[in-house]
Amino acid sequence: MADRVIKKSELIKLIDRLLESYRVYAPVRQQDMTNFQEISAADQVDLSLANTTMSPKSIMLPQSETMFEFNLDKTSDQAAILRETEKDLSPRLIFGIRPCDAKAFQLLDLNFDTVAYKDPWWVARRKTTTLMGLACNAPCSTCFCTSVGSGPFSTEGLDLLLIDAGDEFAIQILTKKGEELLAKTSIGGDVSEATVNVVLARQESSLKAIESRVFTEGLKRHEVKAFFDGDFWDELQFACINCGVCTFVCPTCWCFDIQDEVHKDNGVRLRNWDSCMFPLFTLHGSGHNPRAQKLQRLRQRFMHKLKYFVDKYDQGVACVGCGRCVQQCPVNIDIREVFRLMNDLKV
Amino acid sequence: MENPYLPYPVRIDSVVTETEDRNLKTFKLIFLNSADREKFIHRAGQFAELSIAGKGEIPIGIASSPTEQEYLLFTVNKVGVVTTALHQMSAGDVIGVRGPLGNWYPWEQMEGKNIVIIGGGFAFTTLRASIVYLLHPDNRSHFGDITVIYGARTPGMLLYKDELAAWNERDDIRIHITVDAADDPNWQYNVGFVPAITQEKAPSAKDAYAVVCGPPIMIKFTLPILRELGFPEERTIMSLEMRMKCGVGMCGRCNIGGEYVCKDGPVFSLTQLSQLPGEY
Repeated sequence: MADRVIKKSELIKLIDRLLESYRVYAPVRQQDMTNFQEISAADQVDLSLANTTMSPKSIMLPQSETMFEFNLDKTSDQAAILRETEKDLSPRLIFGIRPCDAKAFQLLDLNFDTVAYKDPWWVARRKTTTLMGLACNAPCSTCFCTSVGSGPFSTEGLDLLLIDAGDEFAIQILTKKGEELLAKTSIGGDVSEATVNVVLARQESSLKAIESRVFTEGLKRHEVKAFFDGDFWDELQFACINCGVCTFVCPTCWCFDIQDEVHKDNGVRLRNWDSCMFPLFTLHGSGHNPRAQKLQRLRQRFMHKLKYFVDKYDQGVACVGCGRCVQQCPVNIDIREVFRLMNDLKV
Repeated sequence: MENPYLPYPVRIDSVVTETEDRNLKTFKLIFLNSADREKFIHRAGQFAELSIAGKGEIPIGIASSPTEQEYLLFTVNKVGVVTTALHQMSAGDVIGVRGPLGNWYPWEQMEGKNIVIIGGGFAFTTLRASIVYLLHPDNRSHFGDITVIYGARTPGMLLYKDELAAWNERDDIRIHITVDAADDPNWQYNVGFVPAITQEKAPSAKDAYAVVCGPPIMIKFTLPILRELGFPEERTIMSLEMRMKCGVGMCGRCNIGGEYVCKDGPVFSLTQLSQLPGEY
């Protein structure tokens, strides 16, 4: 339940201590948003918000990153030969990540860390990054993590969990990585029974506060084609403007593009976030486009998360219930409603 | 850790313009490092990403057979940014190859069976790899009759014309070449669309696999004829195309239902395809 406690007044000291050993990423206020960014001082951290506007996926899968470099100078014997860009893979800490977002990393491991192929940057970053979670005492009305395999106090995918228990933070140590992190700080004391009781009470009240529910048993009831041919897609897609904000903020949307950029004789091959909401995502060189229609693109996003992924990995849906897409969608498309329509499908 | 995105450097050894419209060229590639060549072990039906530094990558079927070990062949249609850049390159230029990628025609299952290869237009590339593989002295005895039906719009649009003529002379492969129309009075082969020629030549479905590769319109009208001839769905094999980037099942764009064409395909039986949404 809790292994250590620190006084809230010690939090700054703890983070400063951690900054000596880790590159620390934490929620930081950025004008009208709060987002994860690398910090240089503990007082930059802002834990006041339920969750960040953007998910922390960019820490593992940057929105744009250089994969390879090359030169096009024909006098060089290395001309046009790609070489891997060196990355800073020193130890990192994500401080204050919510349990839902940590669960999302685990789901993305299924895509990027496979038997056949391993994405070298994803795998290396996962290995060198420690996740110190922050339990949610006050979930949002759009949170539905508890019905998709996570929860406000869920420890899945985390190395440590920090729980706000009034005047102090209780700390749960979950992995060897987490233990090593705490060993570097020598901050904190033993846990009293009173603290344990506070933690339990907060956990209970938080679980109760999540009133939003989705159901998933029905997603395995039919074959892919039954859902694909569902009559609800037309109405769902009507308002969609294919802006892609859902894929942009989503912690489990990982699709990417690869593009080359050249300046004079020097070039880079970049990997950039992409989105299934955009027609160019699937446009063939011939002009043919298997997902030319808005309906097809919207259907792809939900079918991927709630059916293709479910069937492929048998690890549940590719959604962690963070509610960001529900909050950000300009036309109020609500994935919880899509869950309902798909789960209740009768054939 | 192997980086699946890093291409092997290769040198263009030769460039052959295949068709009268000059839009299709075959590039013969030689690995710069012999260790890379040894790592590149492919089966007929697989593809690779060709990489041009500064332009990007394109997924292209491997036109050389695994039995042609010293080089790789790719026949490329000039369509977009990367293929146009490639068409402007010449022998000696350095590009990259990433692969082999995807699955292959089901050679293990097809062993001992008759093979009917049906191709149209510039989709004949991995079929060429297959024919060269099948006809290799080490492999020919492992397969039954081989029948090829290959069509293009005009005689000048056929790929690999010299090889077609040579195969036509052999008695261990039956080859039916056809064109939509020919204004050459000396044209000695068939005239007619691939589906019509398939119906006319009526290859037997007994103990046979059909491997079909061509433009959507050819596929659409050929499949019903194969069904009529008695080819069951599980012995009708197709190869699909999709826009791709990573080639290793990670970037998310080339899926049909839950299958990634780059990694789970590009080769599918009609049985497999019939389970998937028709989104391709």
